[in-house]
Amino acid sequence: MTTKPNAARLFAPINYALLTLLAVICVAPLLHILSLSLSSSSEILSGHVTIFPREFNIDAYQEILKDVSLYRSLIFTVVLTATFTVLCMLMTIVAAFPLTKRGLKGRKYFLYIIIPTMYFGGGIIPEYLLVKELHLLDTMWALVLPSLISPFYMIILMSFIRSIPQGLEEAAEIDGASAFKMLVRIILPLTIPALVTLSLFYAVGRWNGFTDALFYITKPDLYPLQLKLYHIVNNATAVDVSMAERFSEMQAPLLPESTKAATIIFAVTPIILVYPWLQKYFISGTMLGSVKE
Amino acid sequence: MSAGSYFRRFWQYYAMLFLPILFFGLFKYGPMYGIIIAFKDYNIFQGMWTSPWNGLETFRTVFSMHTFSTAFRNTFLLNIIDLLVSFPAPIILALMLNEVMRSRVKKVFQTVMYFPHFVSWVIIGGLFLQIFATNTGIVNQMLNNAGYDSIPFLTNRYWWLITYLAAGVWQSVGWGTIIYLAALTGINKELYDAAETDGAGRMRRMWHITLPGIRPTIIILFILAIGEMPRIGFERPYILGNAMVSDFSEVLSTFVYKIGLQTGEFSIATAVGLFQSVIALVFLLSANALSKKFTDQGIM
Repeated sequence: MTTKPNAARLFAPINYALLTLLAVICVAPLLHILSLSLSSSSEILSGHVTIFPREFNIDAYQEILKDVSLYRSLIFTVVLTATFTVLCMLMTIVAAFPLTKRGLKGRKYFLYIIIPTMYFGGGIIPEYLLVKELHLLDTMWALVLPSLISPFYMIILMSFIRSIPQGLEEAAEIDGASAFKMLVRIILPLTIPALVTLSLFYAVGRWNGFTDALFYITKPDLYPLQLKLYHIVNNATAVDVSMAERFSEMQAPLLPESTKAATIIFAVTPIILVYPWLQKYFISGTMLGSVKE
Repeated sequence: MSAGSYFRRFWQYYAMLFLPILFFGLFKYGPMYGIIIAFKDYNIFQGMWTSPWNGLETFRTVFSMHTFSTAFRNTFLLNIIDLLVSFPAPIILALMLNEVMRSRVKKVFQTVMYFPHFVSWVIIGGLFLQIFATNTGIVNQMLNNAGYDSIPFLTNRYWWLITYLAAGVWQSVGWGTIIYLAALTGINKELYDAAETDGAGRMRRMWHITLPGIRPTIIILFILAIGEMPRIGFERPYILGNAMVSDFSEVLSTFVYKIGLQTGEFSIATAVGLFQSVIALVFLLSANALSKKFTDQGIM
């Protein structure tokens, strides 16, 4: 083995050091906010709280967990995300499958209708007016119906379906299977990885969604979690606990920084819990999308 | 085959397509009709149909608005600087990760660095707005403790720009890295071995083999980024921006929201939205043409 010159030998440790620094930077903001939510007000104000909590206490959490509207928002968001994902997947599947059938007359025209919507749309105002006309404002459906099918995801599913050997379908047809039967009995079981990945794409998109709720929802009862969090972080509504309760139970008044931090952690925990699965399927899903190119 | 037997064989497929086409017709093409508002003097009481036409008058008004030209300038400003900063970062990172031999360590780095991509902009806003806050933000606290003055990260527009870019890089670098890493695995290992035998050092190998190997991916992603330029996501500037830095933080999408849904000037908002869509389409088509010229493959 040839001896490496000094510069080359330094490469590996420097590389690792830099990567570690970057990894820390990725995690540090969240760790800092977590620490803020678990530290005492005096330590926060004196700037001693960096990555670890100082004078550990869970007062902030006790306070925000008294806010019923936060729970309501969480539950609403779960229901919304589940409903959205199921409906989106049903529609996407039922759109993708026929469009993979080369023998289908008019298939090209359907695609000509669908694809341009990826690049061009009515815009914020016309879309808002439509939702209004349909009396969907301030309902859960305003957050579900306008985005039922993503053409991009539909295309991904289509290319996945096309990778199934045609022989299987032909055999089923000879056996007299109807299109619906073929879809449910043969295609769906074989496309499960793609289905899981797309479900996750839809679900995460909806869970993190904020903009459409901002436009369409004014009733606080129907705020998805991100919108609720936005209002709390921006001081539009303080965390909803009566003053009397707050002063009777705490020794020192809570900083808004602590309660906001606790709320942020509350909102991000579901994503953290689901992250291992997200990571696995998102990465393979991205491959699906880019291989298609 | 006859029409009858074709239909008998295929009717179920058309049945399946019924709801999806209905969806696209109603929710995607329906709003496009509303674009006519841009050519009318929209009046809430008269609605879309009976409000009077005013041709290009709305556009003339829009182009003379100072707030519009600021928003227009900012859309490109933020996007271009963002591109300059955020585009090379994942490439460099992927190259670095590629040099990490042990795959388990590589996986750990990937897991950590991919995380910010899954977090909503509201949360990222919550994190960054707190960390860079003037009084209780940890960055300024550390500066103060070291004897320096606080830096107005969120109230001075130039410093805000840096905060904005940092948030963008933080959020997107992991995602881009995954894509480039995937492209890197497609490079033929034998090229590396041959180069090493010929005495090429690490840097040389990277320059002559690795980078050219992922050139198609880089080009496609770059062109996609250019195509996206006239559109700027609404959430990031809206959440991170504020009135004090609106000189830089107001972009076309936030402008449309504020003028449209908050102030109620539907005609103006629709006109701006239409303008933005048209420019985006032009950019995308040009980017697509460029890509076909350089790599023989388009994105569409």
